[in-house]
Amino acid sequence: MALMRVTSPHTHNRQTTGQVMQLVLLATLPGVLALTFVFGWGTLVNILLAVVFAIALEASALKLRKRPVKFYLNDYTAIVTAVLLAISLPPYSSWWVILVGIFFSIIVAKQLYGGLGYNPFNPAMVGYVALLISFPVAMTAWPAPIHLTPDTVTIPNLFDALLIALSVIERPMIDGFTMATPLDLVRQNDSLLLNDLINEYPQFGRWSGYGWEWANLGFLVGGLFLLQRKIFTWHTPVSMLLAIAIMSALFYDGGSSNSAGSPLFHLLGGATMFGAWFIATDPVSSAVSNKGRIIYGAGIGVLTFIIRKWGNYPDAVAFAVLLMNFSAPLIDHYTQTKPYGHSNIK
Amino acid sequence: MRKIWDIHGGVHPTENKTQSLSEPILQAAIPPYLYVPLSQHIGAAAKPIVKVGDKVLKGQTIADTSAAVSVPVHAPSSGTVFAIENKTVPHPSGIDDLCIVIETDGLDQWRERKARQNFNLFTDDELLSIIRNAGIAGMGGAGFPAAIKLKSSDSKPINTLIMNGTECEPYITADHSLMLEKANDIATGLAILAKIIKPKTILFGIEDNKLDVVNGIEAALNRIDFSTHSGCTTDVRVVTFPTKYPSGGEKQLIEILTGKQVPSRGLPADIGIVCHNIGTAVAIKDAVCLDQPLISRITTVTGEAVKRPRNYHVLIGTPVSFLLEESQYQADQNNRLIMGGPMMGFALADISAPIIKTSNCILAPTEAELPTPPPAQACIRCGMCAEACPASLLPQQLYWFSQGKELEKLEQHNIADCIECGACSYVCPSNIPLVQYYRASKTDIKQREIDHRNAELAKRRFDARQDRLIRLEQEKIAAKQARQAARKKANPPNNKPPAANASAANADTAATTDNTEREATVKAAIERAKIKKATHSKTTDDPVARAQAKREAQLAQDQADPEAKLKRAVESAQQRMKKLQVKLVAAKDSGDPNVNILETGLEKAQSKLVSSQKALDDYKKASNSED
Repeated sequence: MALMRVTSPHTHNRQTTGQVMQLVLLATLPGVLALTFVFGWGTLVNILLAVVFAIALEASALKLRKRPVKFYLNDYTAIVTAVLLAISLPPYSSWWVILVGIFFSIIVAKQLYGGLGYNPFNPAMVGYVALLISFPVAMTAWPAPIHLTPDTVTIPNLFDALLIALSVIERPMIDGFTMATPLDLVRQNDSLLLNDLINEYPQFGRWSGYGWEWANLGFLVGGLFLLQRKIFTWHTPVSMLLAIAIMSALFYDGGSSNSAGSPLFHLLGGATMFGAWFIATDPVSSAVSNKGRIIYGAGIGVLTFIIRKWGNYPDAVAFAVLLMNFSAPLIDHYTQTKPYGHSNIK
Repeated sequence: MRKIWDIHGGVHPTENKTQSLSEPILQAAIPPYLYVPLSQHIGAAAKPIVKVGDKVLKGQTIADTSAAVSVPVHAPSSGTVFAIENKTVPHPSGIDDLCIVIETDGLDQWRERKARQNFNLFTDDELLSIIRNAGIAGMGGAGFPAAIKLKSSDSKPINTLIMNGTECEPYITADHSLMLEKANDIATGLAILAKIIKPKTILFGIEDNKLDVVNGIEAALNRIDFSTHSGCTTDVRVVTFPTKYPSGGEKQLIEILTGKQVPSRGLPADIGIVCHNIGTAVAIKDAVCLDQPLISRITTVTGEAVKRPRNYHVLIGTPVSFLLEESQYQADQNNRLIMGGPMMGFALADISAPIIKTSNCILAPTEAELPTPPPAQACIRCGMCAEACPASLLPQQLYWFSQGKELEKLEQHNIADCIECGACSYVCPSNIPLVQYYRASKTDIKQREIDHRNAELAKRRFDARQDRLIRLEQEKIAAKQARQAARKKANPPNNKPPAANASAANADTAATTDNTEREATVKAAIERAKIKKATHSKTTDDPVARAQAKREAQLAQDQADPEAKLKRAVESAQQRMKKLQVKLVAAKDSGDPNVNILETGLEKAQSKLVSSQKALDDYKKASNSED
């Protein structure tokens, strides 16, 4: 009789990396639905194309690296990366934009570094930043929320959205289809009081950007779901959100023409919630100890605000995350946990 | 309710404890052969004191030892010593080790026993020696000899005695059933412990999945007046706390019950605590009151591959296969055989391995129950392991450094504080066998320490040898100078009073005798060294080592006899000159352009010959005048 010779422990709680990633995918649903509701079918088409490209590129990279393709695809991490990148891209992005982005995410940021677990930078954010720097026009053309689009512009249906993405039909580039985002408006404003600005532009909603606030709330719900399922700890997202709140409170400036916007405007605006719960929590590229994660999250929050206020990009989460990815090993070095029995050593 | 504390991390694996508790403890039958390993715990192995063919009685000492961290071994039943040989022993590596094999006679006949009704009549030292001689090693897991743990130390007084009735590993119910059925024995054993340790507080820790034993234990404890035994006011409490793995680890239990942490690399005694397993208490009671050594224990046999999971009172040395038979083992359904629990137990290589003093469980699971681990995926540093780690370590970092064999980093990240509980591997979504990496790394670190120590030792030896050689040389020079000085005094250039002269001569003689004696010892030492070198060079095949040895022997000889050295110098100079002359003639004949060089060489050789000849003459003169 051949008895198995393995070392302890012999039992396992049977949660796999693949299942963790599936939960993450599930948790993006509320936010994705909100985005679709606000901006139309574009986000879903982004996701569809990104996932197809990601699987294809991941599989070919694994094949070239002579790794078992199916085994690694089963961890779902390529799909998660693709979905996260697709959510960050403006809806109705062209297929080649998505392909280039996925190439940078999967091939450059992940596989060239040795695959899952060895990437020092968040792959989705590497792809996003590469696109933002390479194709600033395409990357800053956010469509207006459907409800703010003039009646003269027809909203593409799902099939048309797909054809737009595949460059079969032209993307409607007329005014009214794309609009400056609320973050842009606040940054560029130097003459109106904040309240006047909000009253003048329809892009502002109840607390933050019109529609944006719902997308942010959607991602908040998804994030809380993952927190409840203990997929990550609270440290990174909460410290990041707190840092953004504190920074924006400091520079709120009472709503003057120089104001950077209210804390609520920042918390529910742009990619804040998406970044806090889905990007900053990427474990591979973040700090490891809980103390380290607080510093890491706070760093992202502070940098996000600084870049939003004084930078030149539509949003800042991606840059903030990448900059903190650089710092993660340093943070790890200084934030080791104190193990059992070390508090009372003489 | 006494306050309890929480520990960091921990996991909640399925308990699976009810299966083996459905029936009471059963006395297992006596197997035809008992295989009693001589090393069943931490520390030195015992040495057999019986011969093959000897008749042994149950409880008779069959192996003993004088080592400090060790205990004797006893015959678990009566019979004949069948063999003393290497047999499979329960060990993670599956190695063979020396066992005494006893062919049982089925009579189970005890050696003579002296029941001790009142243990208070004995001194602590007597009790400690009874416990040691009864072969009692911790029954909780590591099997540390109990008597050593009990020995008091004035520098580290013990305030708190903790009884560990936690049994946090899934499946295992050996302690649970013991608490259910032998509460009074536990209490008596605890009273003996209290008499020896004299603690102010006794805490009896039980996880809240065993609340059914609490009443019985409390009743049994209430029957005993611990303060009389300990000689001080002793507060005894049964403390229950939430079930969580690994609450039963000694360090973890101490934190749960007292809120204190055992210092890293320290012992519980450092903070005035000592912790004993309830099984140990029962063994101590049997040893002290009934004069019965540790020859049996309670072992849980469970898992879906046995039809009758239950607890057995089983003789040490009973083969696991024999015990499994009694539980209707389904070998074809069993995928691995674990000694211990599913979290920290180890897979047995051989079903014939015997039960030893630390074997609390035999787990025979089916594939569906404990499936073969799937291949490990990449670590995504999710941090679930860090959340689960009861030692508050960063397992994902340790894994990273283990892979890279970065031993310094591992030590910086306190790998030594890992208790190998397996909580990190249990939660790892990538199925990485983390504990296995840590074990390997700990071994690497240990090996490196040994290597460092050896290198350090070698260096010290080398330095000492160099120092010695220098010292000998200096002594020789000093002796020579002393001789010369004495000679000068003996033949003073001007006239001195005869008395002074005489005393100088006396001193000279004394110095010479002294020197000759010393020289003789030095020579003898060198001679020994030469012999050693010679034998050494014979045994070694390395030509370099041989050449070195030869050269060193030569040097030693030179030191012993400087004249020979000088003579050799003259000889070699002569030889060299001859060779050069031959070469020069040949070169001149053939019109070689190197003639000039050869001529200079010849000149040098000549001067060398002259100087070495002079040195030899000088030496001869000097030694002649000395004589």
